[in-house]
Amino acid sequence: MRQFLLRRFVTMIFTVFIISILAFGIIQLPPGDYVDQLITRMVSQGGQSPDANTVQKLKELYGLDDPMPIQYLKWIGKIILRGEFGYSFTYREDAIKIISERLPATFLLSLSSFMFVWIVSLPIGIYSAVKKYSLGDYIISGIGFIGLAVPSFLLALVCLYISYKYFGVAAIGLYSKEFANAPWNWARMVDLLQHVWIPMVVIGVGGTAGLIRTLRANLLDELNKPYVDTARAKGLSEARLLWKYPVRHALNPFVSTLGWMLPGLISGEVIVAIVLNLPTSGPVLYNALGQQDMYVAAGFLLLLSTLTVIGTFVSDVLLALLDPRIRLQ
Amino acid sequence: MFKRKPADSPRTETEDLRFEVASQLQLTWWKFRKHKLAMFSAVIVILLYLTAAFGEFIAPYGGITTNSKFVHAPPQTLHLFSEDGFGLHVYGYTMERDPRTLERIWTVDSSAKIPVGLFVRGEPYKMWGLIPGDLHLIGPKNPGDPFFLLGTDRIGRDVFSRIVHSARISLTVGLVGIALTFILGILIGGISGLVGGRLDDAIQRLIEILISIPTLPFWLALAAMVPITWSSLQTYFMISIILTLLSWMGLARVVRSKFLALRNEDFVLAAKLDGCSNWRLITSHMLPSFMSHIIASVTLSIPGMIIGETALSFLGLGLRPPIVSWGVMLQDAQRISAIANYPWLLTPAAAIFITVLSMNFLGDGLRDAADPYQS
Repeated sequence: MRQFLLRRFVTMIFTVFIISILAFGIIQLPPGDYVDQLITRMVSQGGQSPDANTVQKLKELYGLDDPMPIQYLKWIGKIILRGEFGYSFTYREDAIKIISERLPATFLLSLSSFMFVWIVSLPIGIYSAVKKYSLGDYIISGIGFIGLAVPSFLLALVCLYISYKYFGVAAIGLYSKEFANAPWNWARMVDLLQHVWIPMVVIGVGGTAGLIRTLRANLLDELNKPYVDTARAKGLSEARLLWKYPVRHALNPFVSTLGWMLPGLISGEVIVAIVLNLPTSGPVLYNALGQQDMYVAAGFLLLLSTLTVIGTFVSDVLLALLDPRIRLQ
Repeated sequence: MFKRKPADSPRTETEDLRFEVASQLQLTWWKFRKHKLAMFSAVIVILLYLTAAFGEFIAPYGGITTNSKFVHAPPQTLHLFSEDGFGLHVYGYTMERDPRTLERIWTVDSSAKIPVGLFVRGEPYKMWGLIPGDLHLIGPKNPGDPFFLLGTDRIGRDVFSRIVHSARISLTVGLVGIALTFILGILIGGISGLVGGRLDDAIQRLIEILISIPTLPFWLALAAMVPITWSSLQTYFMISIILTLLSWMGLARVVRSKFLALRNEDFVLAAKLDGCSNWRLITSHMLPSFMSHIIASVTLSIPGMIIGETALSFLGLGLRPPIVSWGVMLQDAQRISAIANYPWLLTPAAAIFITVLSMNFLGDGLRDAADPYQS
C-alpha cells in the first residue's frame, strides 16, 4: 500500500509539473506582452507613447524581457517557495489575492455539484437496474440521454429564462444584492443556499446522467451472477441482498468516477459561472485571458488543473482502499 | 470465430448460410438496422447535413441579410387553413412604440394574412459561393412581405435563416476536428500499441496527464490566444485544431488496446508467416478489423466538438461575425434582458440539442453494431 501511495504521489507531482509548463506556455503564446498592450491602450485613449527608456524600465520591472524558460523558472520558483503567483496587471494586486478570493468558491461549488451527482444517481441508478425495462426505467433513461446531450451553459441559459419568466428574478450570482458584500451571518448563509442550487444542478446534470448509466450497467452485470441467486435461495430479504452484495460491487467504478468526472465538473463550473455571473473562478479567468493578465490566467489554469489532479489522486487512493486487487498491481 | 452469428438472428438454415458468408460490413449493417432509434437518428443527421449543404436554398433569407424595419420581431406560426380556404400562410405584424423607451414592439396581427409558398423566388444567392440562384424552399409569395418563422434579432436578421446558414459552420467544425483526431488517434495509438516498451509507457503517461486536465479552461486560454487579425477561415481551422488538441486521447487508447489484442490473433500470425510486410500487415489486416470500432468512437466524439465550438463562440472567444454559427448566434442571448424579452433568440440552442442528441444515438447504435459477432 505504501508503495502504491508513493508511486501515485510521484505521478501526481509530475502531472502538475507538466500542466504548469503547459499553462505557462499557453499564456506566453500571443505576440506582445502586457506592456505592449498597455502602450496600445494609452495611445488609443489619446495619450502619448512612452519613450523607449520607460518601456524598458517597465519591462524590467515586470520581468518580461527574460527568455521564456527563465521566466517560467522564476514564476514556478516563487509559487513553490513563497506561494506568490506574480502580479496582476489589471487589478494592480498580487495575483494570489485575486485567485484566493475566487478559487474556494469554485472548489465548494464543484464539490457540492459532485455531492449532488452522487446523491441523485445512486438511488436512481439502483432503481433503474432493479426495475429494468419498467416505465420508470425508460423515463429515467430518456431524461438521462437528454441530460447528456444538453451542454451545461445552454441549460444555464434556459434556467435564466425560466427563472426570469416565471419567478420574476434572474438566477444570477450566488447572493442577493443586499448580501453580496455582507459579512458572514446566518441570513447570508440562507441566501446562499437559496441561490446555490441552480448552478449546482446545472453543473451536475451531465455527470448525473452519465453516472446513472454506468451504475445501471454495472449493477445489471452483477445481478445476473450466481452469488445473487445463492443469497436469494438462502432466504436473504431482497433489500438486504441488494445492498449487501451487488451494490457494493457496482460501487467500485462509482468511486473512480471522482477522478474522471472532476475535469468535466470544473469545466462546467467555469462556463456556467460565466453565464450566471457567479463570484467564482470562471468570470475572472475569462477576463484575465481577454486582457492578457498572464499571471492571473496562468495561476487559475494551474490551480484548477491541480484541483482535478488531486481529485484523481484521492479517488485512486479510495479505490485502492476498497479493492485490494488494485493496490497489488 | 466465423461460426458465431448474431444471437438475435433468425435461425433458419438459409439464413444461417447468409450470415456465414456475409462480409463484416454487411453484418454490421444488419445489426445496425435493428436499432430503431439509431436508424431514426441517422436519418435526422443526414437531414441536418443536407441542410448544411443546401442552406442557401432552404433558408428564406441570407445569413447576414438585415431588415432594419423589423427589429426583434416575434416568431410567426405557419398556418394551413384560414376562413377563406386552404393555403400556407403566416400573419403579419403591427407595430407599437413602447411609451417609455420608444422602442418598436412588433406583435403578430392575425388580420393581415401573408401567403407563403414552397419553391418561391426570393433573395438571390450564390450556392456554395458559385452557382447563382434565387429559388427558396419556403418563403413569402410576395418577396417584400415579412416572413420570420423564428423571429428576428437585434438588427432584424431572420433567426430561422441564420440557424440554417449556421449549420454549415457548426456541423463541419466537428468534422474537421474529428478528421484531425482520427489521424492523431490512430498514429499515436498505433505507435503506442505496436512499438510498446518505453515509448508506450511514455505515451500512456502523457495521455493520463492530458485526460486529467479540465478541458474548458485550456480551450478558453488557447482560443483567447488566436489573434483578432486572423481571417475567418484561419480562425475556423485554428478552433478545430484547438478542439482536437485535448480530445484525441480517447481514440488513441482504443486504437492501442485493439492493436495489443490483435497482436496475438491467429490471422495476424498467418499473415506474418505468409511474409506480409509490416505496413501491409497493419493497413490491410489489422486496421480493417477494428475500423468499425474507430468509426463508432469517432462518431461519439463529434458532439463534444460541436459543443466545444458553440461554447467558445458563445463566449466570444471562438468564431467571430460575420461567420454565423450557433454559438455566435447565442452570443445575442447572453444578456438577461435579451432572453427575457426576446426568448426566440434561444432557438439555436434547440438546433444544438437536436444535433447532439441524434449524434449520440447514432454513435451508440454504431458502437453496438461495430462488433457484429457479439450478441
